[in-house]
Amino acid sequence: MTFVLQLVTLQNIPMDTEPKFFETNPTAGVVGQPLNRVDGRDKVMGRAKYSAEFNNLPGLVHAVLKTSDVAKGRITGFDTTAALKQPGVLAIITHQNIPKLAKTPNDAEGKKAIGAPMGYLPLTDDRIHYAGQPVAVIVADTLERAQYAAALLRVQVAAEKPLASYEDPKAQLFDPTKIQDGKTQAHVVRGNAQTAFAAAPIQLTHKYTHAINHHNPMEPGATTAHWEAPDRLTVYESTQGVTRTQKALSTMLGLSAEQVRVVTKYLGGGFGCKGSCWPHTVLTVQAAKFVGRPVKLSLTRPQMFTSMGHREDQTQTLRLGATNDGKLTALIHEKTSTTSPWDNYAESNSKIVNMLYECPNFEASYQLARANVMTSTFTRAPGEAPGSFALESSMDDLAYQLGIDPIEIRLRNYAEKDPSTGQPWSSKSLRQCYARGAELFGWSKRNPKAGATRNGRLLVGWGMATASYPVHNSQGMARARLYADGHAVVQSGATDLGTGTYTVMTQVAAEALGLPVEKVRFELGDTKLPTAPNSGGSVAAGTVSSSVYMAVQDLWQKLIKVAVLDKKSPLYRAKLTDVEAKAGRLQLKANPKKGEGFAALMKRADMADVEGNGQGRYGSGYEDAQAAANADPAKKDEAAHHSMHSFGAHFCEVQVDPDLGTVRVTRWVSVHGAGRILNAKTARSQIIGGSIFGIGAALMEGTVRDQNLARYTNASLADYHIPVNADIPDMTVEFIEEHDPYINAMGVKGIGEISMVGVSAAVANAVFHATGKRVRELPITPDKILGTKAV
Amino acid sequence: MNNFSYIQANSAKEATGIRQATPQAAYIAGGTTLLDLMKAHLEEHPQLVDINLLPFKGIEQTSDGLRIGAMERMSDVGEHPLVLQQYPAVSESLLLAASPQLRNMASIGGNILQRTRCGYFRDAAFPCNKRVPGSGCPAIAGDNHNLAILGTSEACIATAYPGDLSVALAALDAVLTLENAKGKQRRVPVTEFYVLPGKTPQRETVLEPGELIVAVTIPAAAHARRSTYLKVRERASYAYALASAAVGLDVQGGTIRSARVALGGVGTKPWRSPEAEKVLTGAPATEATFRAAAAAALRGAQPRDDNRFKVELAQNTLVQALMKVAG
Ligand SMILES: Cc1cc2nc3c(=O)[nH]c(=O)nc-3n(C[C@H](O)[C@H](O)[C@H](O)COP(=O)(O)OP(=O)(O)OC[C@H]3O[C@@H](n4cnc5c(N)ncnc54)[C@H](O)[C@@H]3O)c2cc1C
Ligand code: SF4
Repeated sequence: MTFVLQLVTLQNIPMDTEPKFFETNPTAGVVGQPLNRVDGRDKVMGRAKYSAEFNNLPGLVHAVLKTSDVAKGRITGFDTTAALKQPGVLAIITHQNIPKLAKTPNDAEGKKAIGAPMGYLPLTDDRIHYAGQPVAVIVADTLERAQYAAALLRVQVAAEKPLASYEDPKAQLFDPTKIQDGKTQAHVVRGNAQTAFAAAPIQLTHKYTHAINHHNPMEPGATTAHWEAPDRLTVYESTQGVTRTQKALSTMLGLSAEQVRVVTKYLGGGFGCKGSCWPHTVLTVQAAKFVGRPVKLSLTRPQMFTSMGHREDQTQTLRLGATNDGKLTALIHEKTSTTSPWDNYAESNSKIVNMLYECPNFEASYQLARANVMTSTFTRAPGEAPGSFALESSMDDLAYQLGIDPIEIRLRNYAEKDPSTGQPWSSKSLRQCYARGAELFGWSKRNPKAGATRNGRLLVGWGMATASYPVHNSQGMARARLYADGHAVVQSGATDLGTGTYTVMTQVAAEALGLPVEKVRFELGDTKLPTAPNSGGSVAAGTVSSSVYMAVQDLWQKLIKVAVLDKKSPLYRAKLTDVEAKAGRLQLKANPKKGEGFAALMKRADMADVEGNGQGRYGSGYEDAQAAANADPAKKDEAAHHSMHSFGAHFCEVQVDPDLGTVRVTRWVSVHGAGRILNAKTARSQIIGGSIFGIGAALMEGTVRDQNLARYTNASLADYHIPVNADIPDMTVEFIEEHDPYINAMGVKGIGEISMVGVSAAVANAVFHATGKRVRELPITPDKILGTKAV
Repeated sequence: MNNFSYIQANSAKEATGIRQATPQAAYIAGGTTLLDLMKAHLEEHPQLVDINLLPFKGIEQTSDGLRIGAMERMSDVGEHPLVLQQYPAVSESLLLAASPQLRNMASIGGNILQRTRCGYFRDAAFPCNKRVPGSGCPAIAGDNHNLAILGTSEACIATAYPGDLSVALAALDAVLTLENAKGKQRRVPVTEFYVLPGKTPQRETVLEPGELIVAVTIPAAAHARRSTYLKVRERASYAYALASAAVGLDVQGGTIRSARVALGGVGTKPWRSPEAEKVLTGAPATEATFRAAAAAALRGAQPRDDNRFKVELAQNTLVQALMKVAG
């Protein structure tokens, strides 16, 4: 049978990069090594418990959501007769019988206090604002019975005509003044862009549109809620941040944070959609209260399209002014997009346009239109990904128009400091990224003419684009406990999105402790642990690794104090600042031979264990952290004088079938400078994954909203296409070694999102090089290549 | 999904008998598409009749051509040496479809009876004439990127059969053997099996209630041996066709002696094109001939806003397929 054959071949696949490095040298330099995932075995064996897998809770029952068919209207009633008659049905919860919450996000004050992504909570009234909005929660003893009852439940609705998007002729555009929950100023003006543009010898004005994208992590949103006592709740939640969920739930329920425990041991991807606490989570918690039993809810795949946000449909207009030798003089960016009935959410596309190249004049503005959709939310590289599509496509236009190589045009506009703030970069290796990427790709062999390279019938094109992503402000805590027998437990309430946080933090702790990695256990994903930031905005690796590092330093300081007071220690009476910890040994800096291992010291002192706490934060430079347990607070200010970004470059080859309109990526090179790389293997995987996501956005991803009914027509993974293996060639990924002294204690910038920035432009630029046709509408599907649609 | 009962039939007679007793019951073969439809409440059946034990097996030469049992799996048929050698278009149409996992489960009969991927049909929250007759067709003024441009009606513009196999079968004159509750068999060419939507898009085939597909027979022919299936889609694998072409040519001395052409992804049913075949037959096997044939095939096309590109795409697909078999 075919099936068996496949299994056999699977076993024969050679495994790459076995972690041989620490067999020979158990401690030094494990940070950065391509260590295999420490949780890999548990995942493969099915032992890793995801949030919908806590099935042993006493009396656990199941909830499903009944959602609205129409996108706008009013609920006039429910017919629950048939549903309630079904065996096993415990409750049908609607806006008519749901218990009141202490706070809802339905008013601005509540929304802010909760930190809710959406200014409306379903089941708080009879209104329907978007298709897929939950209108009832059905609880039953089995999942199947709950589903069946949900199907039998009849919802009577007085439907109204919805608005589907900003493209609807009836949509009213408005200037939001602030976007992203008021966090970001919409209007930005630097210099005088209008005048400079009018005076520019080269003027490019282009519109770029971006399809709606959905995150679609493999693991859907899932919640298991367990009220252990009337005032004590534990929630197993599929979230990128247990603390944020804890805050949201406790605020809505009127509990203190300590009364709500949130646990996320494993996450099957998030990409931003699990960065906030969405309605289904609190509805599950309320359902559990309602029936007095633990309740589990897992969103269905179609529900994933209307439950946890999306990347909004949008048009950007970019006006670019330049001199005849390709120097930018003006950039004017306007974005128009759809938002929900309540919130002014738009990805901040203009930020990257403002900082990527030296340009004295800049202006940005946003326009929104309210429609019957749920609120959009951060989606991998929010703003940077679509913003770079516009900017990097226009830069490519500029290069062709002036006959300048695309890399050269970017070097001519290389920003030596951050143009948006005037601050120096904390570090920037973009020149090296261009050079190394070009070398790996063979860029020098590029035919400068578009539409001139063929492979048989196929048109071959090469394109490149710049990537950049900011290091966001964040801070977090960690705790490290070292046992005298040479084991350690290190903890931080961070989340591992599936990308390797468990692994890299184990490496950081092992190296700081001088222990082999297998002697260190790293624990995360629980509000009982020290608070860590949301794993989003690419902050986790930098902040959590710094916290771990600082916690270990704190622990060493405690042991050093014991040592200098211990008559039997070789370090007796040494000055604290003269002692250092290296590879698990406490020793004199000036005379490393004088010292001892922690085990001997702890044994004499009768210490079973020693614990350290640390706070890693943005802007406590790594050199200070090396010197002392606590970073010099002054350095934080110094950091504020730097602009902190990762940079990179993507190179892409496509082959385009001019008759069939298909575009296939055939070669890929990405080179990034992103501070210290904690694990060569997981980092490479991260860049590959992000780039594939970008290729998806470039060539096939797009959720289609019916413009009359405001409901998605392809809300399934059969119809919403993401790349499959056949779409992706071997990818070359490299990092430029970078030591950034300002970022944080570990010098880590984070690579979660930069991997996606610039990708769609690199693909579109390669398509232009292949065909001579510029596609400014994502995704670049065959219809756009064939030219029956205006481009 | 609704509650349903399940029963395994040991013979065709037993299976059709159960269907007769419970007209709303459905046969289940691989279940790869039926269960999806039931989970989404697009079809509701109180009973499933498992037909996997039925002896509709075997891939064998007969005097009428190659006979393939309806219960054979897509992967087994696609990889079968006789199919590979004598009907390359059929093999390719199977192996370019779905995913390996699905092909290992899915049967030939089930493939022939799969239903449209029209997004409105696939979501019970939308109106749809095919699903709920008379409720309207939102696709005409809505998202019709993937839908048909040939054979459409005011009631429905869906590619009722979105798959690949039947396109190759339609091109190569395949004939279905059907069997009813009385044990009576009849033979229906694939080209006549599917019907146009007209005013009744809910009716998709001439299959009578309870009738089983027993086998499909494909006649041997020179144009069948020299046939191919070309499938165009947005992603490289695991996607339905935007447009596809199944073609077979018998070329001798540069002249086309016989030609077979069918298009997928563009018609409301697998779209055999006698118009294109007429242009091809007796003409020189040149690109100019192929272009003329493609133009003839698409002459009656009625595109909508989002699927206008399919007129050009389908023609180019057909030309590329013909160029490939012409060598
Ligand atoms: C994600 C996805 C992608 C796909 N992509 C493609 C693709 O690219 N190309 C393609 O061609 N197909 C594709 N398919 C469709 C796939 O080929 C069908 O699901 C499969 O062929 C159905 O076969 P089955 O045996 O599982 O049928 P079932 O699901 O068991 O049955 C389907 C229907 O046929 C009826 N039926 C089955 N056998 C008989 C019989 N002998 N007599 C009478 N009635 C019968 C059943 O009652 C039911 O109504 C895809 C499917 C999925 C889910
Ligand atoms: S095209 Fe046909 S299947 Fe699609 S919505 Fe219209 S009637 Fe339904």
